[in-house]
Amino acid sequence: MIKTDAVIIGAGPTGLFTAHQLKLIGLDCEVVDNLDKIGGQCIELYPDKPIYDIPAIPECTGEELTNSLIDQLKPFNIKFHLNERVEEVKNNNDRWEVKTNKGTSFNTPNIIIAGGVGSFEPRKFSLKDCEKFEDKSIFYAIKDKTIFKNKTVSIFGGGDSALDWAIELSKNSKVNLIHRRDEFRGAKSTVDKMHKWAKEGSISLYTQYQLKDVKGGPESLESIDIEHDNKEIKHLKTDFVLGFFGLIMQLGPIANWGLNLDKKTINVDTEKFETNQKGIYAVGDICTYPGKLKLILSGFHEGALAARACFKLARPNEKYRFEFTTTSTNLLKRLGKKE
Amino acid sequence: MTKIVYIENGGKSHSIDVQNGLTVMEGAIQNNVPGIDADCGGSMACATCHVYVKEEWFNKLPKKEDGEEDMLDMAFEPNKFSRLSCQLTVTDELDGLTVQLPSKQA
Repeated sequence: MIKTDAVIIGAGPTGLFTAHQLKLIGLDCEVVDNLDKIGGQCIELYPDKPIYDIPAIPECTGEELTNSLIDQLKPFNIKFHLNERVEEVKNNNDRWEVKTNKGTSFNTPNIIIAGGVGSFEPRKFSLKDCEKFEDKSIFYAIKDKTIFKNKTVSIFGGGDSALDWAIELSKNSKVNLIHRRDEFRGAKSTVDKMHKWAKEGSISLYTQYQLKDVKGGPESLESIDIEHDNKEIKHLKTDFVLGFFGLIMQLGPIANWGLNLDKKTINVDTEKFETNQKGIYAVGDICTYPGKLKLILSGFHEGALAARACFKLARPNEKYRFEFTTTSTNLLKRLGKKE
Repeated sequence: MTKIVYIENGGKSHSIDVQNGLTVMEGAIQNNVPGIDADCGGSMACATCHVYVKEEWFNKLPKKEDGEEDMLDMAFEPNKFSRLSCQLTVTDELDGLTVQLPSKQA
């Protein structure tokens, strides 16, 4: 059990700046994010897209913004728990117990949810029957490629993941590659290689097809039906199905924590950005209040105020004193600018 | 103002006057039409504002940019009349445009 002053859920721009604010006022914090990297939507959805409305930064990309925020955290030692999703939040004697899906647990008076539109999860097949084969014969990520050896694997998708795995697995498995249109959006060299291998017969390529039906016993898949745009159906024997359709954002377990939700957002006050649960705050795109703007700059403001609210619960016997980084010896020490 | 008709998956129809210059996605969000999520806010990065354009309208729309078709690969049950509504800007020419919403966005 890790004891900390605050747990931040979400390592996007708002979560990062909130961590900065907490450390600056002398609190410690730990950050949890379900992605394998820091940056949230900025890094996952639009790393190359320019943003024009960050104050004092006329133009920067999502990736540049993320890197600058990480730079700004350099004076502080902040522990990130990536690839982990917070599953459970439980009240215990005025503190919160927080558990992730990897078994990490925290004990903290403050939880700041900076979760954007939710956590990124693989996008799945729309066919309901796919659920019963999930993690047995149908996968959305590969953990152990040896299970596919000498088996038939049907891969769906048109991006780099689908192409890379089709090429890789075709060395030891029979591979069907199925995509809804003729064009693939992967790197050109990969697309060319795939077409070459398809021509030579080591990958069976089906374009303008989508998954129509899955058939098999209770434990394993036996075959699938795929449907062409012209409604023609093809029946393929297969042991495994892999779907690579990118990531989708889902609110996930946050919905179960007793918070006052409004569609996919969480209601907060505008003094502390606290939810209906004492010590749980929501900042950035995931929070809502009258006049809410879904801008990165709003997230920064919300995080700064939530951090001050955390101080009261983390240091009940101390008084928070407002200070400027230009003049405060305390703050400059924390920033490593003064001995 | 231009009339845009949104038909929910269950069949319920919403006829909305949308200001020219807004996108079909924004027209839905600002008027609380259910069924369009628009998680990324219109940056063509998420495919949760996916709509099926009525066949008679499909060819009258401006062509897709490169990235839109790529993003539609990610959409829930796309078909050949699929578009991302954040990429459809409302103009006088679109008066009466009818779009159907998928059973879900993700």
